[in-house]
Amino acid sequence: MDCINAKYVSQKISKTRWRPVSASSLQQPELLATGSWDNEDNKVSIWSVGENGGHDSTDENVSGVCCTLQTLSVLHTWEGAHHYQCARAPCTAVVCSSPELVSVGEDGRVVLYKADQSRIVRTIENADSSTIHAVTFLRTAEVLTVNSIGQLKLWDLRQGNEPAQILTLTGDRVPLHCVDKHPNQQHIVATGGQDGMLCIWDVRQGSVPFSLMEAHSAEMWEVHFHPSNPDHLFTCSEDGSLLHWETSSGSDTPSFLQGRNSSMMSRSATAPAGGNQSLISAWLSGDSSKGRLETTHMLPSQTLSVNSLDVLGQCLVCGTDGEAVYIHRRVLV
Amino acid sequence: MEEVDVEPTTTLIPGVGLKQKHLGFEWGPGDILVYETNFRPAGAGSGCPSVHVVRKDEDIYSPILRKLFNESHHIFVGLQNITEDVPSKNKKPQFVSISKNYRSVIRACMEELQHVAVSTQDVTLVCQYSNQVSILLATELIWNLCEVLFIDAAPAGCLLLHLLDWVRLHKADVDEKAKEVLQSDSPTNHLAYWDVVISFILQGRVDEARHVLTKQASVQAASRTLYQLMDTLLHKMPVFNPSGTQTLTEFDMKWRHWHEECDRCLQDKSFASNPHLETICKILLGDEDAMLEHKELLGTWYHFLVSRLLFSHPTVKPAELHYYAKSSMDMFLDSRSVPEPLDSILLAAFEFDLHQVIKDCSIALNNWWFVAHLTDLLDHCKLLQSHNLHFGSNLREFLVLEYASGLVSHHSLWQLAVDYFDHCPEFGRVYLELQLERVPLETERKALKVLRICEQRHMTEQVRSICKIMAKRALSNNRLGSALSWSIRAKDAGFATLISERFLQDYCTRGSFSDLDLIDNLGPAMLLSDRLTFLGKYREFHRLYGENKFTEAGKLLLSLMTAKIAPRSFWMTLLTDALPLLEQKEVIFSADQTHELMFCLEELTSDNTEPKPEPPALGEDVETAKLELLRLALARNLAMAIVKEGTVEA
Repeated sequence: MDCINAKYVSQKISKTRWRPVSASSLQQPELLATGSWDNEDNKVSIWSVGENGGHDSTDENVSGVCCTLQTLSVLHTWEGAHHYQCARAPCTAVVCSSPELVSVGEDGRVVLYKADQSRIVRTIENADSSTIHAVTFLRTAEVLTVNSIGQLKLWDLRQGNEPAQILTLTGDRVPLHCVDKHPNQQHIVATGGQDGMLCIWDVRQGSVPFSLMEAHSAEMWEVHFHPSNPDHLFTCSEDGSLLHWETSSGSDTPSFLQGRNSSMMSRSATAPAGGNQSLISAWLSGDSSKGRLETTHMLPSQTLSVNSLDVLGQCLVCGTDGEAVYIHRRVLV
Repeated sequence: MEEVDVEPTTTLIPGVGLKQKHLGFEWGPGDILVYETNFRPAGAGSGCPSVHVVRKDEDIYSPILRKLFNESHHIFVGLQNITEDVPSKNKKPQFVSISKNYRSVIRACMEELQHVAVSTQDVTLVCQYSNQVSILLATELIWNLCEVLFIDAAPAGCLLLHLLDWVRLHKADVDEKAKEVLQSDSPTNHLAYWDVVISFILQGRVDEARHVLTKQASVQAASRTLYQLMDTLLHKMPVFNPSGTQTLTEFDMKWRHWHEECDRCLQDKSFASNPHLETICKILLGDEDAMLEHKELLGTWYHFLVSRLLFSHPTVKPAELHYYAKSSMDMFLDSRSVPEPLDSILLAAFEFDLHQVIKDCSIALNNWWFVAHLTDLLDHCKLLQSHNLHFGSNLREFLVLEYASGLVSHHSLWQLAVDYFDHCPEFGRVYLELQLERVPLETERKALKVLRICEQRHMTEQVRSICKIMAKRALSNNRLGSALSWSIRAKDAGFATLISERFLQDYCTRGSFSDLDLIDNLGPAMLLSDRLTFLGKYREFHRLYGENKFTEAGKLLLSLMTAKIAPRSFWMTLLTDALPLLEQKEVIFSADQTHELMFCLEELTSDNTEPKPEPPALGEDVETAKLELLRLALARNLAMAIVKEGTVEA
C-alpha cells in the first residue's frame, strides 16, 4: 500500500497503457500514455515516471510523474470508419498487433487497418447486431470480440464474414465489457461483464465459460493477465476497486490429472515449446472455492470508477474518473 | 423580499446591446444565455446574430483548479464516512487533520499556479493566475484561522501559540530576508539586519532572533554586555508549554515577573545607548507605538494583533479576542482606508460570528467551493446552530447543494456532484434525479455510468427513461441488438415488444431474419415480452424445419397458434409456413392437429369479413388463392391422417 503514488491530472482517464519495454532489458517501464474522456477536447498525454527514493518513509513526495517533452503527432486518421446510416458512431476499442490494427464500435462493425496504409483494409459489416465492447487478438489472424448481449465471438480474419465460433453465458445475457487472453495458453480467455463477474473461458472446448467468479459490484471495465506471470490477473471496475487475483497450483490436482507429477504445475508455468496439451493452467481448475485464488485490493481507499489499468513487470498503473492516475511500482508477482 | 447585501455588479458583454437593442436572456444551470431581441426602438439595422453564454464561475474550467475540486471531493467523501463509527469526543483530532488536508490541497494548487504563472509568457494568463493565487491565499488564510478558532478551539494559552503559527505561516518572507542577511559578507552591516531581528521578535521566534543578534555581539566588542543583557532577557522569555506540567496561572505569574524585569531594564535606561535594542525592549514590553513604527514589517493588522497579544496578554482567552482584534485593526489601518472584504471576514472570525464569516465569504468569492466545504466541516463539528432557512433546508445543505449544482453543469465534473447530492439528506435526491436526466449521453459508456449511478440509488424512473432514450436511439440507427439489450436492462416489456415487431416486419418484407445471432441466443430474456417469446419460438420453428425435425416443428407451430402466443396478424404467415408440412409425403399433423389448424383458419377468415378499404385486386387474388390452397392441403392431410390412424399395424 505504501508504494502507491497518486497524481491528479485534471482529466478523467479513459485508458492508460505502459510503453512496452523490451523483454530482455530488466528495466521497469518508464513511460505511460493516458487518454482522457468527457472533456470538450480530449487528449492523449505521455507521462514519465521517475524513481522514487525513500519508499518506506510516509511523507514521500507524491509525484514522480510529470508530463514529458516527447511529442506525439497524428500519423493517420481514418475518418468515419464507424458509422450509422447518417451519423458517426463511437468506436469502442482498438487493438494493435503491429502493423495490423483492428477496431470495433457501437455500429457493430469490425474494421481492419494497416498502420501504414491510409485506406481501410477490410470491414466486416454487420458483425454484430449490438455494440461490440472490446476486441483482442487471439492468434495472428484471429480476433475475439465481446458484445453487449453477452456473447464472445471468435473471428478468423482470413475467411468469411461470419464468426467462426460464438460462445455465450447461459442465463441472463449480461453484456461483456472486456476481454483478455492468457499470454502463453491462447485458448484461455478472461472476460468481465456488466454485473462485475469475471469469467474464464476455454475457447477450444464448449460454448460456456469454465468458471465464473463474482469480482465486483459494478461493471468491470478492464481485465488483464500479467504478461510474464500469467498466474496473476488484474481487474478494475466502475465500483472504484482494482483487484489483483493470484492463483496458485496447490498440491491437490484435478481428478483427471491424477498421477501427474505435481511439479509440472509450477506457479509461473510457461508452456514448453512442444505445446504440451495436457498442461492445465491453474485458471482452469474450475473450483475457485477451494481457496486457490487470492484476491487483493490494490487501491488504498474508495475512489470513483477505475476505468483502465495496465501492468508490466512490477509496475501497475490505473486511471480513474476522479481525474487521478495511480502508480504502483512494486507489485508482488 | 430581502434587501440585497451588495449592489449587483454590471458585466459588459461585448458586441451586444449596441444601437439600443433590447436584450433577452434565459437561465441555464450555471450560466445565462443572452441574445439580442428583434425589438427595434428606432431606425433599422441588423443586430448581433449570435447567442452569448455568460458564465459566472470561470474557475471550474481552469485545469489546475480542477485538481482542487477532485481532491477536495475525495476528502469530503472521506469526512462523511468517518463520522459514523467514532464517538464524538475523539473526533476532534480527526476533524483537525481533515481541515489540514483541505488546506494542504489549497496550498498545492496555489504552488502549482504560482509555478505556472512564472513560466508562462501570455500576459493575460499571468494576470489571471496571479488573481487566482491571491484568492487562494486569502481562502487558506481564512480557513486556517477558522481551524484555529473553531475546529481546534484551543483554550487560553494554546490559543496564542496557534495564532502565532498561523501568522508565521502567512508571513514567510522573513526567512528569505534572514537567509539573505546571514549569507552576506557582513551581516551586521546589511541594511535589513535589524529588520530581520525585529521581524523574528514580532513573530515570537526568539531563538532565531538571538542567533542573529550574536553576530552583532561578536562584532561590537564594546557593547558586549549590552547584548548579553538583551540575550538573557530574550532567553528568559517564558513560553507556554501545553503538554507540560505548568498550569496557566503559573505561566502567567512567570510571565509577569519577566515582564517586570524588562520594564526595569527600560526604566534603568540600560539600552539607551543603542536605539535598536531599546526599540526591541519596548516591543518586548508590548508597546504598541513601538510596534506600529514597524508597520511595514508587520504588514497586516492581524500580525499586529498577534504580536500585541504575545507581548501584552499571552494568556488571552478566546472570548476576549474580538476586543483586541477591533482595536488592533483601528490602530493599524488609517482611518481613511476602507476595510477590505478579507479584513471584515477575519474580524468576524475573531468575533466568533460564524454566520457572518460564511455570509461574507459567499459574497466575496465567485464560487461556492470554499463556503460549502468549510460549512460542511463546521457542521460535522457541531458548531453551526441548525436554524432552518426560510427557503428550505439548513445552511450546510443549502451551500452544498449550490456548490454541487454549479459542478453538475460542467461537462466532466458532474460525476463529483453526485456524491455531494448524496449527502444532502433533504433535497439531494430530488436535485440528483432532475440533474441526471439532463446529463448528455454521447456514448454508450457514459450512459452506462449514469445508469449505474441511478441503479445504485434505486431511481427506477430515471433508469427507465435513460434506457428508453438509448434504446430509441439504437432503434433509429437500426441497431436492434443494442436496443434489445437496453430494454432488457430496463425490464421494459413494451419496448421489447416494439423491437420484436420490427424483427417480424423485417422478416415479412425480406423473408429471412436479420441478426440471427441475437434471436438464436435470446435465452431467458425471451420471457420479457410475449412478442419476444413468439419471435424466439418462431425462429426455433425455422431451425427445427431446417434440421428436418418436422414433427417437432409442426407441434411447435400449432402450439404457437393455439396457446395464443402468436399475434393474430401473423397467423396467415404461420399457416402459410404450415403448407409445406402439410404437403409432405408422410403425415406430420395428426387428425386432431389438423382439426385445430382448420379451426384456426376458420377463426382467421371469419374475422376478415369486414370490407378492406383499398386492397389491390391482385392482392385479393393472391389471398383467395392461398386460402384455397390451404383448405385443400388441410383436407388432404386430414384424410391421410384419418387413414393412417385408423390403420391397424400389421
